[in-house]
Amino acid sequence: MSEPIIELVDLTKKYRLFTAVDHINLTVRKGEIFGFLGPNGAGKSTTILMMLGLTEPTEGSVRVCGIDPERQPLGVKRRVGYLPEDVGFYDNRDGVFNLIYTARLNSIPEDEAKTRALELLQLVGLEDAAQKNAGQYSRGMRQRLGLADVLIKNPEIAILDEPTSGIDPQGVKSFLNLILKLRDEHGLTVLFSSHNLHQVEEVCDRVAIFNSGKLQAVGDIEALSNQVFGESGHNLEEIYNCFFEGGTEQ
Amino acid sequence: MMNVNITAISQKRFNNNAKKSPYSMSLNRNKVQHPFWVMVSKEISDQVRSWRFIILVALIALTCLASVYTALTQFPKSAGAKSSEDIFFFLKLFTLSDGTLPSFTVFISFLGPLLGLSLGFDAINSEMNRGTLSRILSQPIYRDYIINAKFLAALSVVSFLFVTLGLLVVGAGLIFLGIPPTVDELWRVIFFVLLSIVYVAFWLNLSIFFSIIFRQSATSALAGIAVWIFFSIFYNMIIQLIAKGIAPQQIYSEQQAVNFQNFVLNLMRLNPSQLFSDATVTLLMPSVRSLGALTMAQVEGAIPTPLPLGQSLLMVWPQVTGLVAGTIVLFAISYYLFMRREVRSR
Repeated sequence: MSEPIIELVDLTKKYRLFTAVDHINLTVRKGEIFGFLGPNGAGKSTTILMMLGLTEPTEGSVRVCGIDPERQPLGVKRRVGYLPEDVGFYDNRDGVFNLIYTARLNSIPEDEAKTRALELLQLVGLEDAAQKNAGQYSRGMRQRLGLADVLIKNPEIAILDEPTSGIDPQGVKSFLNLILKLRDEHGLTVLFSSHNLHQVEEVCDRVAIFNSGKLQAVGDIEALSNQVFGESGHNLEEIYNCFFEGGTEQ
Repeated sequence: MMNVNITAISQKRFNNNAKKSPYSMSLNRNKVQHPFWVMVSKEISDQVRSWRFIILVALIALTCLASVYTALTQFPKSAGAKSSEDIFFFLKLFTLSDGTLPSFTVFISFLGPLLGLSLGFDAINSEMNRGTLSRILSQPIYRDYIINAKFLAALSVVSFLFVTLGLLVVGAGLIFLGIPPTVDELWRVIFFVLLSIVYVAFWLNLSIFFSIIFRQSATSALAGIAVWIFFSIFYNMIIQLIAKGIAPQQIYSEQQAVNFQNFVLNLMRLNPSQLFSDATVTLLMPSVRSLGALTMAQVEGAIPTPLPLGQSLLMVWPQVTGLVAGTIVLFAISYYLFMRREVRSR
């Protein structure tokens, strides 16, 4: 469980005058469920994009599964499943087609892709909507289809950008359980950004708190509680508020 | 929904890793198709299934068949005239018109751009707006696969359409005229079809370019149509104005008149549809010996016979090169812009 799978060293991204990500150092270990927290525009998504090689860092380096995504983007993309914020699908095609298409882009043979797609649709509770066009899916259904889309390529790491937004409470519960189950049974590493502190607290082993491009704190809840309040036992909400509502106690 | 067994998936996971042998373009369902061809075939099926494609194909097929029909009805009248062009009887199917309906080539030069624009105007921006671009880009494919696949898919659809149309016209000619085309005529038709494909590819690339720089597909469609209308209606008017303005007060020599005429013609040739019509006229009317003005000295001693295919091709070579170059330049710009673009979720 201690083998590092994502390593960020002095990672920086500048857009002309604006620094979106400012010298971030972070290590995610294999089999961890890691939470990214922070207000909008704190640099979470930009960090994720750099991990995938979708945007180039200005400074610093990224290693995902020991590979540099800037040099070998395909190697990283083969091992990492990414669920973007507000994911979209081909609206004029049904759910199964969208999944099979992703599978075939990952060089999975068509027959196998089909059986896997149907299994995964069942897993995320969309078996009834499998033949429906993705255009008719609700936001929550799209998120679930997005999770199936991430899992169809058997990733080592799943990067989920606000995966639970738009899903009903019951759905969120099974979504989080599914994530835990995948981690326990397959050693999947999950990196997961969210604004819902309770969800993060429930499933994440460790969290990183971002603010205006800087990493404010990293660690498990206990460690953060000790760091902020000097004592354990505080929950994530109290810790988080400490950083963003006149957080001067540090 | 949690009760489904995940073990089945976990077994698949290891099976899958064992047989990873991509990079074969095979249609066998059990073998793995290279991701690029998966994308191309998906794009082709997207194009063919879309309503706008069906509407445009119907429009083009109908107008072209109508023009071939009028050409066929004109045949008895023109067949009487004994001229050197009679050897190339068959090619008249493409160029003959009775004055009410334009000929086949004119229709292609007018509607071809519309076809190219409609196939590409939402190529990239629709993927961005639907939020599919970032998802597809996080799959193990190179970024340029997306733009290459879109271009190749649209181009193959266009090629298929034009080859079919060309064959239909030739077939109609065979049935109604009863005269088979000569080898030379057949080659000319083949080159004409190729030229039409290049011409549509030019407009296709223009619309892909607009689809990259404009976020809204409506804007990019409008921009494309604006360029099309500018070149098909206003450009010639503007050139006429310029020609009037710079026309010499008095013509002192034949050479001067020819130079002036050629200068105006060259200005017209900045228009892609002018290049296309220059090239088609030369290819389909072998009696055309020059595309510009000639002095009397140059014409002197020329025998009024049709040009052989090689000579016609030589004459249109600059036009063809121009069209191909324009197509490549537009594609290169689009490619550059697309590769530089940062892709975020919508």
